[in-house]
Amino acid sequence: MAKIIVVTSGKGGVGKTTTSAALSTGLAMQGYRTVVVDFDIGLRNLDLVLGCERRVVYDFINVINGEAALHQALIKDKHTDNLFILPASQTRDKDALTPEGVAEVLEALSREFDYIICDSPAGIERGALMALYHADEAIITTNPEVSSVRDSDRILGILHSKSKRAELNLEPIREHLLLTRYDPARVVRGDMLSVEDVSDILAIPLLGVIPEDPAVLKASNQGTPVIHLADSDAGSAYDDAVRRLLGQDCPMRFLNTPRKGLFQRLFGGQS
Amino acid sequence: MSLLEVFRSKQKKNEHNSAAIARERLQIIVTHERAGNNTPDYIPSMKQDILEVVRKYVSVSEEHVSITFESQKDVSILELNVTLPENCSVGAP
Repeated sequence: MAKIIVVTSGKGGVGKTTTSAALSTGLAMQGYRTVVVDFDIGLRNLDLVLGCERRVVYDFINVINGEAALHQALIKDKHTDNLFILPASQTRDKDALTPEGVAEVLEALSREFDYIICDSPAGIERGALMALYHADEAIITTNPEVSSVRDSDRILGILHSKSKRAELNLEPIREHLLLTRYDPARVVRGDMLSVEDVSDILAIPLLGVIPEDPAVLKASNQGTPVIHLADSDAGSAYDDAVRRLLGQDCPMRFLNTPRKGLFQRLFGGQS
Repeated sequence: MSLLEVFRSKQKKNEHNSAAIARERLQIIVTHERAGNNTPDYIPSMKQDILEVVRKYVSVSEEHVSITFESQKDVSILELNVTLPENCSVGAP
């Protein structure tokens, strides 16, 4: 049986797809058979971030409608062994994602994989509800910014009431906070909510802090998950997060401003 | 921080720390919304109905009726509070 992990947030643009791509790649690199499923019906993007957009033939909805077999729709990642992608459909019919269809597909995937990562769309509509319904664990992707934190709290409420585990009164979903686009320099200046502030308000365990990093844009430009840019701060932070997800003890990094040399202190420049 | 920024930052420090404001606002709104999250969907329309019934006899406005819903482990408590105006014994409006 696979472990089903939803990457969700409520708010859009906080880094769900970047996170889904990075974590699924990280899990696959650790040797786990991993599939990442795009639930953003109508606005498919995970394929672009993972660089397999030109290899999409069939999608999630084709499989649900019986127009393609699951193995026909699954795309094997070219750069990472053990990683498969199930792309979202570009259909505008949001109702195409039926609860029964989703349950069947996830059950079939569950027999073949160790991890199923569900990349949720923004909002609290059907796609988002379907993505979180079957989850065993949830990664709440949050920016240190008021609207993102508020929406994350809303999503936590939905996980507590509308998920399968909540409905069947099973052991609750394991929740993790992943704080993205963190800028320690701005936190020090008092311009940005700190990691302590956000984790106090949301009151869930911290999985990781991903620093604001130009490498994230660079990676998505190239269609490479940022975790492959091992020299980058964001890539290393995602790598740490994967290790913590697997239960390893890994100290938090990138929480403090890097020390600047004399030259930078005098004349400024990018930190 | 560069040498030039030192002067600018002195001005900034006089302003209120915006992250602290964000934290305070979030704490308030999140607590408020969590309390509302557990309430069933029918509460707003029930409130309207109750208000109409009360209005048959006394003139009250919406803010004088408060409904809170609290669920604990085994029991849920629905608390209804109607504040009547001071001279309500005058009769129907």
